[in-house]
Amino acid sequence: MMRLRAFFLLPAWAFTLLLFLAPMGIIVVYSLQTKGVYGGVGEPWTFENYVRLFDPLYGVILLRSFAMAGAATFGCLVLAFPLALYISRSGTRKTLLLNLVMLPFWTSFLVRTYAWMFLLRDTGLINSMLFGMGLINEPLPLLYNDGAVVVGLIYGYLPFAVLPLYSNLERLDKGLLEAAADLGAKPWEAMLHVVLPLTAPGMRAAGVLVFIPSLGAYLTPDLLGGGKSMMIGNLVQNQFTSARDWPFGSALSLGLMAVVMLLLWALLRRDGEEML
Amino acid sequence: MKRLLPLYVIAIYAFLHVPLLILCGFSFNSSKFTVWEGFSLVWYEAMWNDGALAEATLNSLVIAVVSTVVATAVGTLGAYGLWKKNSRLLSGSMYLSLVTPEIITGIAMLATFQWAFRYLHLQLGMTTVILAHVTFSMAYVLLVVMARLRTADPALEEAALDLGATEWQAFRLVTLPMLKPGIAAAALLAFTVSFDDYVITALVAGVDSETLPMVLYAMARRGANPVVSAISTVIFVGLGLLIVVSERLQKA
Repeated sequence: MMRLRAFFLLPAWAFTLLLFLAPMGIIVVYSLQTKGVYGGVGEPWTFENYVRLFDPLYGVILLRSFAMAGAATFGCLVLAFPLALYISRSGTRKTLLLNLVMLPFWTSFLVRTYAWMFLLRDTGLINSMLFGMGLINEPLPLLYNDGAVVVGLIYGYLPFAVLPLYSNLERLDKGLLEAAADLGAKPWEAMLHVVLPLTAPGMRAAGVLVFIPSLGAYLTPDLLGGGKSMMIGNLVQNQFTSARDWPFGSALSLGLMAVVMLLLWALLRRDGEEML
Repeated sequence: MKRLLPLYVIAIYAFLHVPLLILCGFSFNSSKFTVWEGFSLVWYEAMWNDGALAEATLNSLVIAVVSTVVATAVGTLGAYGLWKKNSRLLSGSMYLSLVTPEIITGIAMLATFQWAFRYLHLQLGMTTVILAHVTFSMAYVLLVVMARLRTADPALEEAALDLGATEWQAFRLVTLPMLKPGIAAAALLAFTVSFDDYVITALVAGVDSETLPMVLYAMARRGANPVVSAISTVIFVGLGLLIVVSERLQKA
């Protein structure tokens, strides 16, 4: 008799296989083929699409994507560390404060991005207010640039940085800080030499958890960057729609996936699996 | 530092919440522009009378409810199966979709559907959207239910088996009741990720399956539109109510 657990796994496995793994396989196949005259995909088989990833024409977009994801990650860590530190020392209010961090997360990502368009656009709130106060005569170009995209990414993924840092700081032995103080360390010295090194695993986890979705972002650069601040995700979408170059779009997707997997692998190898 | 930290923390909470509060506040503005002119419900009226919007909302609700039910059932059974026999290859490939950029999942599914349509008499529409939604929300269900199962004691089921229960009875009468809060939380998460999704949905949707996020996206792209603020406010309140109700149900 076949064990029951096999049947339990069967539907989940079927969905994963047919609608996730098989599609990824098709992308692998497409990435090795050539774009047809009418936008289809066919033979000959080639590595040309992967070679094109290093074309300077696209290199600019790839480099910018890494720079923007890096900036967003840095911003999230800088914002999240003091916040996580404060929450971990808040006693009974911990749950409330954590829930307040997570609250925007439960609302639509699209709406959260739109909220920033509402603030930043030429006729948006910030420009209207500055104009009303007579500080500017022409609207400041706040929307549709790299800065707007980075702010949107930080806003979108900040909770991903707060949670791992919080759980790291929460487990920190308070006695170590007391020991540092007893031995004459000033609070900032204890922070720099005791707390920061001990939160390195939390920092790494937070960094990877923000960097991965930022690098693969599509909606944020699309809405806040306009056409001017494209990232890899937008380039992929572009290849599958207007450019109709599915093989190159597939190669781009797999390149992005490779970076994601490499980062995750490095994190898991270093800090173990129990943290995920 | 002691005094600066609370100020810094307040500033971050403001950064997180003020943009959304402002958006909600201005949905009650009588002016189309971002200057406050007085309280009004015109944008809610406009929203209420928008037929395309109502249709998209209905589509979104149907998709979210169907895919939540299927994903919760499939994901819970899958998590149980993985708990019984953990295979890293299996669990790894099931969790992989959580870290895959949505745009990649979307185009890969689109490519697959297009390929399958050569052999099946189908087209992009509600079915493809629901299939896509089940697949990505199932991974969230697996994650949440698995977390709950890790704290469970396998000895309980073994005791049930020793006392003569069948495997199915042990699952149905011992483990499943214990998992209820986890399943409820997983279903709530599945519902919100499905109701909210734009990127994957827009790629695999057809003419008959425009969803609320797709309409919102189109409106946001077109320029300032207070109706978007009104819809956003309704979504906040709706999801907020859903969370409160589900917390109540879990406690009851």
